[in-house]
Amino acid sequence: MEAQLRISAEDISYTYEEAPSPALSHVRAEIREGEFVAVLGHNGSGKSTLAKLMNALYIPTEGRMLVCGFDTADEANVWEVRRRAGMIFQNPDNQIVATVVKEDVAFGLENLGVPTDEMIPRVESALAAVRMSKYADSAPHMLSGGQKQRVAVAGILAMEPSVLIADEATAMLDPSGRKEVLETVKALNRTKGITVVWITHFMEEAAQADRIIVINGGEAVLEGTPREVFPEADKMREMHLDVPRMTGLAAELRAAGMPIRADVLTVEEMVEEVKRVCPLKSGT
Amino acid sequence: MSIEVRHLSHVYGEGSAIRTVALEDISFTVREGEFVGIVGHTGSGKSTLVQHLNGLLKPTSGQVLVDGEDLNGEKVNRRALRQRIGLVFQYPEYQLFEETVAKDIAFGPKNQKLEAAEIDRRVRKAMESVRLDYDTYAEKSPFELSGGQMRRAAIAGVLAMEPEVLILDEPTAGLDPRGQDRILSMLEDLREKEHKTILMVSHSMEDMARLADRLLVISGGKLAADGSPREIFSDPALMTSVGLDVPEAAKLCMALRAAGYDLPEDLYKPEELRERILAIWKEGAAC
Repeated sequence: MEAQLRISAEDISYTYEEAPSPALSHVRAEIREGEFVAVLGHNGSGKSTLAKLMNALYIPTEGRMLVCGFDTADEANVWEVRRRAGMIFQNPDNQIVATVVKEDVAFGLENLGVPTDEMIPRVESALAAVRMSKYADSAPHMLSGGQKQRVAVAGILAMEPSVLIADEATAMLDPSGRKEVLETVKALNRTKGITVVWITHFMEEAAQADRIIVINGGEAVLEGTPREVFPEADKMREMHLDVPRMTGLAAELRAAGMPIRADVLTVEEMVEEVKRVCPLKSGT
Repeated sequence: MSIEVRHLSHVYGEGSAIRTVALEDISFTVREGEFVGIVGHTGSGKSTLVQHLNGLLKPTSGQVLVDGEDLNGEKVNRRALRQRIGLVFQYPEYQLFEETVAKDIAFGPKNQKLEAAEIDRRVRKAMESVRLDYDTYAEKSPFELSGGQMRRAAIAGVLAMEPEVLILDEPTAGLDPRGQDRILSMLEDLREKEHKTILMVSHSMEDMARLADRLLVISGGKLAADGSPREIFSDPALMTSVGLDVPEAAKLCMALRAAGYDLPEDLYKPEELRERILAIWKEGAAC
């Protein structure tokens, strides 16, 4: 049985007020339960607009956006949509509202009117899931950027959403913070089956997704697994995007005639390819 | 001009319950024309360090010497010395405030009471250095620019002071690949064509591999290492111990060596490694 549709962009367009041209035009995309989908695009490509459409922050000016079956254009559905599709943003300092971590995580639940005796276990389990339990009583400003983003993820998680949308959630973090947030979200995807939409411009992050959607000039121009998308290095560069370093190196080696695979993504795979193409002569 | 840091320590909240040693006994010299990368984990003290280099922070002990003069010395003309060292903060575009890009860039020179013609020359030159076309952008509001362009406009504001040394704290953070590349190639030009001495704080080891002549590794407020990228990146144990990564090319080089391939241990530039791999392949194909 095919997994259920979580997000369905049905030929959507979006034009900002007074903008001469649409920020997104005729985008079609389907994201199914349990998928980890990366959305790539340079700044201004329309990828953040797409994210905001998935969360009913914006309503399509044309076409239909369905989140877990709810049409975001119907005002009666807004809270259903937002409860099911939680969003985290780029700046860790802009999304913390309380002065104690556990209260920050409980903020969304309070708004939903969840009773306290139910709220406490949900906050605790959300903090445990992002490995922040021991900071439950800490002040958010004492946390690192990566920890703050994990708290933001816990705040979403406490709402028990089906979909987590991360709009460049790692852009302002250092490499170890980036890794910790991505690992946390990947684990939630694997163990809890939460569908993830991961908007990024870090190619190494996108390489870990099940599927990539590339947005350029407001259109969804490429779609496929990382192994399908990244070997299109020339196309990606035309759109001012990079490819993972090892995929780029593979393309250069191939251009020089070396018969290695084009869809190499990691250092380990590159080592395997070099071993295959240039085997070491034993005993020499 | 040279900058010499001698036994620099900095303590926050001295005498209070939150006393924190941010920097401890740091010494190094930056020579004229060098491109020095400063790397370290978040909270290692890198930003505190760079704020000492143009006198924004005063050392608790130790000295910062600029061309041999103590930046915090009593008789020193601190203002004049500071003007020779431009500091670009993290997310400098948050500090843009004027109505037009040109006015924003002119803010510093205007405060220096320079003549209008000289201010205009500096604004044009700074915009050229950061690759913002004067005719297109000078009269635009800074807030109409893209994120990367705003960042470059903010850097132009520092360049318009014509500093000899440029210090940048995470200049590519948060930008997309194209925005990052524009900043990096702009810095390459500033070094090669304008011979600026540059210090850059960055988390990106790939950026450091591309640009730096020398790396200072800061860890827990101390200078953990000072050497060429070749030395530093071929020491994965050091990098792991301070919580940093090495560039992908250096990782691949080490993995290929471990697999038995004959490669020098200190390759870290992608193009060097590519040539070596091609050589191995051609040698194999020739037999």
